[in-house]
Amino acid sequence: MDLLPLGDCGVVAVLGGEADEATLGRVRELAAEIAATRAPGILDIVPAYARVTVVYDPARFAGSGTRPFQTVCQLITWCAARVEARSAEPRGHGGGVREVEIPVCYGGEFGPDLQEVAQLCSLAPEEIIGRHSSAHYRVHAIGFVPGFPYLGGLPPSLHAPRRSTPRSSVPAGSVGIGGAQTGIYPFETPGGWRLIGRTPLKIFRPRETPPGLLRAGDRVRFRAIDAKEFAAWS
Amino acid sequence: MELKVMRPGMLTTVQDLGRPGMRAEGIPAGGAMDAPALRIANLLVGNEECAAGLEVTLVGPEIEFAAETLIAFGGAEFESIPNWRPFRMRAGERLHMGPAVRGCRGYMAVAGGIAVETVLGGRGTHLQAGIGGLEGRALRAGDVLPTPQASRKVIGRWHLDERILPEYGDSPVVRIVRGAHERELGNALLTESFTVTNQSDRMGIRLEAAAPMRSAEPAALSGAVLPGSIQLPPDGQPIVLMADAQTLGGYPLIGHVIGPDLALLAQVRAGDKVTFREVSLDEAHALALARDKAIGLLRHGLAEKFA
Repeated sequence: MDLLPLGDCGVVAVLGGEADEATLGRVRELAAEIAATRAPGILDIVPAYARVTVVYDPARFAGSGTRPFQTVCQLITWCAARVEARSAEPRGHGGGVREVEIPVCYGGEFGPDLQEVAQLCSLAPEEIIGRHSSAHYRVHAIGFVPGFPYLGGLPPSLHAPRRSTPRSSVPAGSVGIGGAQTGIYPFETPGGWRLIGRTPLKIFRPRETPPGLLRAGDRVRFRAIDAKEFAAWS
Repeated sequence: MELKVMRPGMLTTVQDLGRPGMRAEGIPAGGAMDAPALRIANLLVGNEECAAGLEVTLVGPEIEFAAETLIAFGGAEFESIPNWRPFRMRAGERLHMGPAVRGCRGYMAVAGGIAVETVLGGRGTHLQAGIGGLEGRALRAGDVLPTPQASRKVIGRWHLDERILPEYGDSPVVRIVRGAHERELGNALLTESFTVTNQSDRMGIRLEAAAPMRSAEPAALSGAVLPGSIQLPPDGQPIVLMADAQTLGGYPLIGHVIGPDLALLAQVRAGDKVTFREVSLDEAHALALARDKAIGLLRHGLAEKFA
């Protein structure tokens, strides 16, 4: 594990070179372990891809002879050791990973780029839907805008570049493909991913805690629904 | 008690010191762009530093006060509005702010704070997600903001020692610590001066170099970015991320503005010149601690000055 400074109030713990299954599990567990310490002066913990970034308030650590960056690094190292020790136990890894199913109505007005993606991938639209809704995904990170999940696990046959000109407005719930990732727009926002469908689920609910339906590390499946079922959800 | 927005100004939002702890949800902390200005203005009316006030941008609003109200301004300077000292508005009186004469963002603290609803741990407005503040948006004419404890009184005569304030200016020297890509990119960031463009906003201060800087390939995987992170997109023109910036980024990071100097960037306008100077992480932390101690002393000094 490498520990790098991110400016004067962040430490990045690098757990691997890529966001593979094992690394994502360790990222999720390290983030949870650091959160569980409830250490004062730790403002934010951001699991994303193969890294956990810890945001700290230097004024809470400085003075009294301690150096803030080093203190936070020690905390992360201690937490990482606890995660490692636990993973050595039987049934250590993988506990508590959530599985979330997302209903999606593909194509038509909900997926205006489905035909285009089919052409780019040299597949029939039905094959795009079939492959997209049968793959197993994992949330690599939440970002871009609040609540936007970046999902890894998109079959290579569905990889499609972003639009050269982003849309000025993408409807909430739109499911898109951006390169090797797929994702869901949590609310209406500009966006450049190719839209293949829409979910009736509200994936960002600012009045609830937590506000996001998904968290980094969650497993995700998509289930194809028709317009009638979409309407029934809304 | 309440205050009424007669004219909203260019971009006026309710802001506090942000909602930390939400970056894993993709939600930036947000809050006042010039946090020390809001903290100090709040202390000058007897508030907690984190109380919600108004952030006004370049052209201020016109506000009517329903009842006698103690307020204080900090940050950008507006003609005929006293900065950095508490003063009283009478019931029914209107405050017309007009354009800023120096700086970009002014802060109006109101005794007792502005009692908008807390959303996800903060009262600040995050415009992109439409949360916080008043209905998650900038203020409009006719808006009414609740100010439940506005009639506080100042005890005795005193004034702020202005040495506590950030060293504002229209060509600030902004201190940075190194980024992960510094070696590949050379030291152009430290030798050139940069012009602030009019594309700058609460998400980022966009700078223009005389000649575009040489950028590196975007990272294979996006990573967390923070206010102060300096991104270099492929066009070679750096962006300093600010309070409402997105939480993840894939562009090379060529440096990071230190926390205490974000206030200086909150006050620059299009056309202003910015230069950067490197400090060590230890120096950056010493400066953060010094700022915090100074504001702590002010808080202590003002503890018995209000009734």
